[in-house]
Amino acid sequence: MSRRHPSISMPQDPRHRIAWRVGQELQDGWLVNLGIGLPTLVANYIPPGVNVILQSENGFVGLGPTPPAGAEDKDLFNAGGQPVSIVPGGACFDSATSFAIIRGGHIDATALGALQVDQEGNLASWCIPGKFMPGIGGAMDLLTGARRVIVAMEHVAKDGSSKVLRRCTLPLTAQGRINMIVTDYGVMKVAKDGLLLTELFPGVSLERFLQDTDAEVCISENLEQWEEIA
Amino acid sequence: MKALMAADEAVAEIHDGATVMVAGFLSAPESLIDALVRKGVRELTIISNDTGFAGVGIGKLIAGRLVRRVITSHIGTNPDTQKQMVAGELEVQIAPQGTLAERVRAGGAGLGGFLTPTGVGTVVEEGKQKIEVDGRTYLLELPLRADFALLHATWADPWGNLFHRLSTRNWNPIMAMAADRVLVEFERLRPSPIPPDSVTTPGIFVDALVQTGCPVAQLVDPWQSWHACGWSAEGEESA
Repeated sequence: MSRRHPSISMPQDPRHRIAWRVGQELQDGWLVNLGIGLPTLVANYIPPGVNVILQSENGFVGLGPTPPAGAEDKDLFNAGGQPVSIVPGGACFDSATSFAIIRGGHIDATALGALQVDQEGNLASWCIPGKFMPGIGGAMDLLTGARRVIVAMEHVAKDGSSKVLRRCTLPLTAQGRINMIVTDYGVMKVAKDGLLLTELFPGVSLERFLQDTDAEVCISENLEQWEEIA
Repeated sequence: MKALMAADEAVAEIHDGATVMVAGFLSAPESLIDALVRKGVRELTIISNDTGFAGVGIGKLIAGRLVRRVITSHIGTNPDTQKQMVAGELEVQIAPQGTLAERVRAGGAGLGGFLTPTGVGTVVEEGKQKIEVDGRTYLLELPLRADFALLHATWADPWGNLFHRLSTRNWNPIMAMAADRVLVEFERLRPSPIPPDSVTTPGIFVDALVQTGCPVAQLVDPWQSWHACGWSAEGEESA
């Protein structure tokens, strides 16, 4: 099993494992937007030597780590309202410019969470009618404008149902925009003719993957089964 | 020179049923919001990124039931908004954040609308004209304007020029152009001009200035610190 960046080993925690795998997709020089929640963890797993610039859609590029307690700046927050820092080279702008960056194809990749994804590359994340209606925020623009869309989410919902479907049943956030799906089960790519399973994480058998996936999935000839790192 | 006034004086002209843009991102010009609550205006239409938190920022207007309608991108941080929406007491129009920002920009820029690919194939496209350009489908989105805009600035100068530190610029510069009357609360007055090439919202859009004082530590004049870093132009005076 090839390890792309052995300097950061695979974490045990499933959510961190997803973030770690997404981190390996990022390439030097990319401008990247990470969604709130699980995708935010990706920032901890950007391989050494890979310099990416992170955008915060509330109005800057050069998003840096959480400052130590007491060193927060009252005028510097991320899109989730948490105090953050700006790394050297960062720049601030207004909201219209921020979304011109997003819609205009200047973002090389975005990693976002989802409630459901499907084999046509559709994604639902913003609404469960009658139950969960927080609004849209920047998600629709990010999915529409980013050059590459990576979904980072748990494979199975809390009620045990699969989040990887033939067709999303919830209101869509964007149509046919997903390139890659990383879950705690493994990695899928969205191809023209449907989903392609390319990697399975340690302890996840093909049988279990298929059992917990409600979509038609092709299995890559070069399917990689990750092994637990001692 | 722009008029310096108290918050209550600045909001005095905001009437029942007014449309008010509120700048900020999970934050709002708190002293202007407090003055609006004291005034007790009703039936407002609020245009904003979000509706703040329960009882904080725009959340004070929601909790006080002063709002009839909000046009916003996100209400997930304020359960009051969601409750009033579900109960049918508050009309909530949700738009993608980039679409909302560009609608505000279009309103201030004299545009009749714009074409965006965002929302195609989702409920956002319902009721909207679809236009194809070079084989790609776009939605026609219409401009937004307001009677008033409430802004927050870190620094203001007597000419009404504003500087918003770090991530606080957000909606301020675009809302400043999209409203008939622009009311600004600011933390520090710089008696000498903000260097013209550092102005983030030009004073030509500003109608009223309200000083709030700095809520945390004493602010360092940013141009002074740039000077210390060797970044600023020669001969620049510091406040």
